[in-house]
Amino acid sequence: MELIVNILSWIFILAGSFFIVIGALGLMRMPDIYTRMHAASVIDTTGAGFLVLGLILQAGLSLIALKLLFILAIFFFTGPVVSHALAQAALAAGVEPELAEDRRGQTTATPAKDGKSKEIP
Amino acid sequence: MFIAATIAVLVALTLAVSRAILGPTVFDRVLAGNSVGTLAILLLAAVGFLTGRPEWLDIALTYGLLNIIGTLAVLKFFRYGDLAYDQEDGA
Repeated sequence: MELIVNILSWIFILAGSFFIVIGALGLMRMPDIYTRMHAASVIDTTGAGFLVLGLILQAGLSLIALKLLFILAIFFFTGPVVSHALAQAALAAGVEPELAEDRRGQTTATPAKDGKSKEIP
Repeated sequence: MFIAATIAVLVALTLAVSRAILGPTVFDRVLAGNSVGTLAILLLAAVGFLTGRPEWLDIALTYGLLNIIGTLAVLKFFRYGDLAYDQEDGA
Protein backbone atom coordinates (compact mmCIF):
# COMPACT_ATOMS: atom_id res chain seq x y z
CA MET A 1 0.00 0.00 0.00
CA GLU A 2 2.77 2.37 0.93
CA LEU A 3 4.56 1.52 -2.29
CA ILE A 4 1.49 2.15 -4.44
CA VAL A 5 0.93 5.59 -2.91
CA ASN A 6 4.60 6.41 -3.35
CA ILE A 7 4.63 5.39 -7.02
CA LEU A 8 1.41 7.33 -7.66
CA SER A 9 2.80 10.45 -6.03
CA TRP A 10 6.03 10.16 -8.02
CA ILE A 11 4.03 9.94 -11.23
CA PHE A 12 2.04 13.03 -10.23
CA ILE A 13 5.16 14.99 -9.26
CA LEU A 14 6.95 14.08 -12.50
CA ALA A 15 3.87 14.99 -14.58
CA GLY A 16 3.63 18.31 -12.75
CA SER A 17 7.31 19.06 -13.38
CA PHE A 18 6.88 18.20 -17.06
CA PHE A 19 3.90 20.52 -17.49
CA ILE A 20 5.64 23.32 -15.59
CA VAL A 21 8.61 23.20 -17.96
CA ILE A 22 6.26 22.99 -20.98
CA GLY A 23 4.34 26.04 -19.78
CA ALA A 24 7.50 28.04 -19.20
CA LEU A 25 8.79 27.09 -22.67
CA GLY A 26 5.51 28.32 -24.14
CA LEU A 27 5.82 31.54 -22.14
CA MET A 28 9.21 32.06 -23.79
CA ARG A 29 8.41 30.94 -27.33
CA MET A 30 4.86 32.14 -28.09
CA PRO A 31 4.55 35.19 -30.38
CA ASP A 32 2.21 37.61 -28.56
CA ILE A 33 0.69 38.35 -25.15
CA TYR A 34 -2.55 36.38 -25.62
CA THR A 35 -0.89 33.17 -26.71
CA ARG A 36 1.63 33.61 -23.91
CA MET A 37 -1.24 33.81 -21.41
CA HIS A 38 -2.52 30.56 -22.85
CA ALA A 39 0.87 28.95 -22.23
CA ALA A 40 1.23 30.44 -18.76
CA SER A 41 -2.14 29.06 -17.70
CA VAL A 42 -0.69 25.55 -18.14
CA ILE A 43 1.67 26.30 -15.24
CA ASP A 44 -1.21 27.52 -13.06
CA THR A 45 -3.57 24.62 -13.67
CA THR A 46 -2.00 21.39 -14.86
CA GLY A 47 1.54 21.88 -13.60
CA ALA A 48 0.70 23.21 -10.15
CA GLY A 49 -2.27 20.83 -9.84
CA PHE A 50 -0.27 17.68 -10.52
CA LEU A 51 2.70 18.79 -8.41
CA VAL A 52 0.57 19.72 -5.40
CA LEU A 53 -1.46 16.50 -5.73
CA GLY A 54 1.77 14.50 -5.64
CA LEU A 55 2.96 16.43 -2.59
CA ILE A 56 -0.40 15.81 -0.87
CA LEU A 57 0.03 12.07 -1.44
CA GLN A 58 3.49 12.32 0.13
CA ALA A 59 2.20 14.28 3.12
CA GLY A 60 -0.66 11.93 3.95
CA LEU A 61 -3.59 13.00 6.10
CA SER A 62 -2.23 15.94 8.04
CA LEU A 63 -2.24 19.71 8.41
CA ILE A 64 0.35 19.91 5.65
CA ALA A 65 -2.06 18.32 3.18
CA LEU A 66 -4.67 20.90 4.18
CA LYS A 67 -2.24 23.74 3.54
CA LEU A 68 -1.41 22.26 0.14
CA LEU A 69 -5.13 22.12 -0.64
CA PHE A 70 -5.41 25.80 0.30
CA ILE A 71 -2.55 26.60 -2.10
CA LEU A 72 -4.41 24.72 -4.84
CA ALA A 73 -7.61 26.63 -4.01
CA ILE A 74 -5.73 29.95 -4.23
CA PHE A 75 -4.46 29.01 -7.67
CA PHE A 76 -7.87 27.95 -8.90
CA PHE A 77 -9.60 31.11 -7.70
CA THR A 78 -6.99 33.74 -8.55
CA GLY A 79 -5.82 32.34 -11.87
CA PRO A 80 -8.96 33.18 -13.87
CA VAL A 81 -9.26 36.60 -12.19
CA VAL A 82 -5.72 37.57 -13.11
CA SER A 83 -6.07 36.19 -16.65
CA HIS A 84 -9.26 38.14 -17.20
CA ALA A 85 -7.80 41.39 -15.83
CA LEU A 86 -4.62 40.97 -17.85
CA ALA A 87 -6.38 40.26 -21.16
CA GLN A 88 -8.81 43.12 -20.62
CA ALA A 89 -6.01 45.54 -19.74
CA ALA A 90 -4.01 44.48 -22.80
CA LEU A 91 -7.03 44.88 -25.11
CA ALA A 92 -7.89 48.26 -23.59
CA ALA A 93 -4.32 49.42 -24.12
CA GLY A 94 -4.61 48.49 -27.79
CA VAL A 95 -2.36 45.46 -27.98
CA GLU A 96 -3.48 43.61 -31.10
CA PRO A 97 -3.41 39.82 -31.21
CA GLU A 98 -0.98 38.75 -33.90
CA LEU A 99 -2.44 35.40 -34.82
CA ALA A 100 -6.16 36.23 -34.87
CA GLU A 101 -8.06 37.16 -37.96
CA ASP A 102 -10.91 39.54 -37.24
CA ARG A 103 -14.08 38.02 -38.69
CA ARG A 104 -16.53 40.59 -37.32
CA GLY A 105 -18.68 42.07 -40.07
CA GLN A 106 -17.03 39.93 -42.69
CA THR A 107 -19.13 37.64 -44.90
CA THR A 108 -16.87 34.79 -45.80
CA ALA A 109 -18.40 32.54 -48.41
CA THR A 110 -18.41 29.10 -46.92
CA PRO A 111 -20.13 26.76 -49.36
CA ALA A 112 -22.90 24.93 -47.57
CA LYS A 113 -24.39 21.69 -48.77
CA ASP A 114 -27.39 23.24 -50.49
CA GLY A 115 -25.18 25.57 -52.49
CA LYS A 116 -26.01 28.71 -50.52
CA SER A 117 -23.25 30.57 -48.78
CA LYS A 118 -23.35 30.75 -45.02
CA GLU A 119 -22.47 33.87 -43.11
CA ILE A 120 -20.08 33.66 -40.24
CA PRO A 121 -21.31 35.97 -37.48
CA MET B 1 11.96 12.85 -6.73
CA PHE B 2 11.57 16.22 -4.97
CA ILE B 3 14.89 17.25 -6.48
CA ALA B 4 13.52 16.62 -9.98
CA ALA B 5 10.55 18.88 -9.22
CA THR B 6 12.90 21.52 -7.78
CA ILE B 7 15.09 21.48 -10.87
CA ALA B 8 12.04 21.69 -13.16
CA VAL B 9 10.71 24.69 -11.25
CA LEU B 10 14.12 26.36 -11.37
CA VAL B 11 14.34 25.87 -15.16
CA ALA B 12 10.84 27.30 -15.53
CA LEU B 13 11.81 30.24 -13.29
CA THR B 14 14.79 30.99 -15.54
CA LEU B 15 12.55 31.05 -18.61
CA ALA B 16 9.91 33.20 -16.90
CA VAL B 17 12.49 35.72 -15.67
CA SER B 18 14.00 35.98 -19.15
CA ARG B 19 10.52 36.67 -20.52
CA ALA B 20 10.10 39.38 -17.89
CA ILE B 21 13.38 40.96 -19.03
CA LEU B 22 12.71 40.58 -22.78
CA GLY B 23 8.94 41.18 -22.86
CA PRO B 24 8.14 43.87 -25.42
CA THR B 25 5.04 45.28 -23.67
CA VAL B 26 4.38 45.90 -19.99
CA PHE B 27 1.69 43.18 -20.04
CA ASP B 28 4.23 40.54 -20.99
CA ARG B 29 6.25 41.58 -17.95
CA VAL B 30 3.18 41.47 -15.69
CA LEU B 31 2.32 37.99 -16.99
CA ALA B 32 5.88 36.81 -16.44
CA GLY B 33 5.87 38.34 -12.96
CA ASN B 34 2.68 36.49 -12.12
CA SER B 35 4.22 33.25 -13.37
CA VAL B 36 7.33 33.91 -11.30
CA GLY B 37 5.09 34.28 -8.23
CA THR B 38 3.33 30.98 -8.97
CA LEU B 39 6.65 29.23 -9.52
CA ALA B 40 8.04 30.70 -6.28
CA ILE B 41 5.13 29.12 -4.40
CA LEU B 42 5.77 25.75 -6.05
CA LEU B 43 9.51 26.07 -5.38
CA LEU B 44 8.83 26.76 -1.70
CA ALA B 45 6.60 23.69 -1.48
CA ALA B 46 9.09 21.42 -3.29
CA VAL B 47 12.14 22.64 -1.36
CA GLY B 48 10.20 22.34 1.88
CA PHE B 49 9.57 18.67 1.19
CA LEU B 50 13.15 18.23 -0.08
CA THR B 51 14.68 19.47 3.16
CA GLY B 52 12.03 17.78 5.31
CA ARG B 53 10.60 21.04 6.60
CA PRO B 54 7.12 21.40 5.06
CA GLU B 55 6.39 24.30 7.44
CA TRP B 56 7.49 26.58 4.62
CA LEU B 57 4.02 26.11 3.18
CA ASP B 58 2.84 28.96 5.40
CA ILE B 59 5.17 31.29 3.54
CA ALA B 60 3.93 29.82 0.25
CA LEU B 61 0.33 30.63 1.22
CA THR B 62 1.28 34.21 2.01
CA TYR B 63 3.06 34.54 -1.33
CA GLY B 64 -0.05 33.24 -3.07
CA LEU B 65 -2.19 35.96 -1.52
CA LEU B 66 0.39 38.67 -2.21
CA ASN B 67 0.79 37.55 -5.81
CA ILE B 68 -2.75 38.35 -6.97
CA ILE B 69 -2.88 41.67 -5.12
CA GLY B 70 0.45 42.73 -6.61
CA THR B 71 -0.56 41.75 -10.14
CA LEU B 72 -3.92 43.53 -9.96
CA ALA B 73 -2.29 46.61 -8.44
CA VAL B 74 0.26 46.83 -11.25
CA LEU B 75 -2.47 46.36 -13.87
CA LYS B 76 -4.63 49.07 -12.33
CA PHE B 77 -1.69 51.43 -12.10
CA PHE B 78 -0.80 51.02 -15.76
CA ARG B 79 -4.43 51.45 -16.83
CA TYR B 80 -5.30 54.55 -14.81
CA GLY B 81 -1.89 55.86 -13.77
CA ASP B 82 -3.16 56.09 -10.20
CA LEU B 83 -3.84 53.40 -7.63
CA ALA B 84 -6.51 55.52 -5.90
CA TYR B 85 -8.55 55.96 -9.10
CA ASP B 86 -12.30 55.90 -8.51
CA GLN B 87 -14.77 55.92 -11.39
CA GLU B 88 -17.37 58.00 -9.57
CA ASP B 89 -14.74 60.54 -8.66
CA GLY B 90 -13.59 60.73 -12.21
CA ALA B 91 -10.26 61.83 -10.86
